[in-house]
Amino acid sequence: MTGKLLPLLLVALPAAGGEISAERQQALRDLLKQDCGACHGLTLKGGMGPALLPETLAGKSDDFLADTILNGRPGTAMPPWQPFMNRDEALWLIGILRTKPN
Amino acid sequence: MTETTLCLLILTCLFSPASFAELRATGDLGVVIERESGSAIIVNTTRHKTLAKVEGLGDLSHASVVFSRDQRYAYVFGRDGGLSKIDLLQDKVEKRIVQAGNSIGGAISQDGKLIAVSNYTPGGVKIFSADTLEPVADIPARYADGKLSKVVGLTDAPGQRFVFSLWDAGEIWTVDVKNPQKPVIQKYPNIGKEPYDALMAPDGHYYIAGLFGEPGLALLDLWQPEQGVKRILPDYGKHDEKLPVYKMPHLEGWAVAGDYLLAPAIGRHEVLVIDKKSWQLVKAIPVPGQPVFVMARPDARQVWVNFAFPDNNQLLVIDTKDMSLTKLLTPGKGVLHMEFTPRGEQVWVALRDDNQVVVYDTATLEEVSRLPAQKPNGIFFTGRAHRIGL
Repeated sequence: MTGKLLPLLLVALPAAGGEISAERQQALRDLLKQDCGACHGLTLKGGMGPALLPETLAGKSDDFLADTILNGRPGTAMPPWQPFMNRDEALWLIGILRTKPN
Repeated sequence: MTETTLCLLILTCLFSPASFAELRATGDLGVVIERESGSAIIVNTTRHKTLAKVEGLGDLSHASVVFSRDQRYAYVFGRDGGLSKIDLLQDKVEKRIVQAGNSIGGAISQDGKLIAVSNYTPGGVKIFSADTLEPVADIPARYADGKLSKVVGLTDAPGQRFVFSLWDAGEIWTVDVKNPQKPVIQKYPNIGKEPYDALMAPDGHYYIAGLFGEPGLALLDLWQPEQGVKRILPDYGKHDEKLPVYKMPHLEGWAVAGDYLLAPAIGRHEVLVIDKKSWQLVKAIPVPGQPVFVMARPDARQVWVNFAFPDNNQLLVIDTKDMSLTKLLTPGKGVLHMEFTPRGEQVWVALRDDNQVVVYDTATLEEVSRLPAQKPNGIFFTGRAHRIGL
C-alpha cells in the first residue's frame, strides 16, 4: 500500500528549489492531465473552467497565470493549488501549457 | 439416424457458436469508461469478466452513460460533444455524432425514444432520436442579454419531461417533450447562484440542484411545480470560509435512507443528512475530504462516499441505521466512481491511477475481484435502464 501512495505524496509535497526533477515533472504532468483536466478538459479545450490552449493563454502574463494557479480565483470554481506546488513548478506548468496542450 | 435427430443436427449446426458469436443477455452487463483512450469496456457483472472493448468514443475526460430500455444500447456522452450509441450485443459503435463543442451529460426520456444532451458550448440542451440519433429539438439556454448558459444536472422526469439547471443563469428549466417537435419549456429563474449539478428522486417527485455560488440547494417539487423552486439549507455554512474544491461533487443518484437524504456538502468535508419531510439539516457527518459521489446501496442500508483530490485514494462506507462510519477503505489511487450491482450485493469501483476496477462485497467489505481497465473514470450498469433519473 505504501508503494501505491508514494506518487500521491510526490504530488502533495512541492520541491524546495528551482530544480524540478524528472520524477516531479511527471507528477506535475499527471496533475495537469487528471486534476486540472477535471475542469479544463483532458485536451485542455475547456469545460467548467476555460480552455488552457496556447492561443487562449497568449495575452496573459506568466505572473498572472502563476497567481491564478497558486491562489485560485475567488468568486469562481478555480481553487488554490498552492498546497500542491510552488511558484517555480507553477511557472514550469505554464511553460508546458504555452508550448503544447498535452 | 432418425429424421428427428437429423433435423436436430442441422439445427445445431445452424445455430452453433460458429454462426452466433455468443448468445448474450444484457441485464447483468455494464460499461466502464476509459477516459484517456476514448474507449469503453463491456463487462459482465455476474462473471466479473471483460467481454469486449469498444473504441473511438472521443474525449471521455468527463463522460456519462444511459441505457435503452431494452438494455441493448449504451449511449455515451463525452466531453467533446460526442454522443455514441454502443450495441452491447455486437460490441461495436452503432452510430456516433458530435453534436456540440463541449458537453457534460445526458438523459433518456421516459418512453425511451429520445436522448437529451446538456452542453456547455453552445450552452443548451439538444434532443435526438434514440433510434437514429437524428436531431429532434434544440433548446438554447438563453438568458439575460441573450447569452447562453452552460447546462448541468440534466435528468429525465415522469410525464415525458427533462429537467436541467443553468450554471451561469441560476435557473432550472423543465421541458415537456410529449410532442418532441414542439417542446414546452417552463423556466424557474433566480433559483440561486451557480447550480453545479442536480439529482432526481428515484420516484421522480423531487429535483434538487446543488449550488456552488451560494449556500444551500434548490428544490423543485415536480408534483407541484406551480409552487416554484424553494431554497433548502439556505444558512448552512453561510458564515464559514469554504474549503477549496478540487473537484466538483456529483449529485447523480439520490442517497435516500428512510426519511433522510444524504448529499455532499460543497467546500466542506461533510456529508449532509437532510430530513426530506421538513427539508431541515439533521446532521453533518465529518468525512476525510471533499465528497464527490454520495451513493446509496440499492437497499439504502449503506452509503458509499468517494472524495476529490487529494483525498481520492479513499472510500468511506456509512451505516445509515445510525449514520455512523462503518469503514474507510483505501482501494488504490484515483477512486473516481462506483456503481452497485442492481440489488447491491457488490459494488464496482474505478481506480483511475491504478488502471483497475475493484469489486467489493458490500456485506463483508472484502475485495472480491480486480479487473484491468485503462484509466477508468466511470462505471455504468444496464440496471440504470429502468430507473428514473439515471
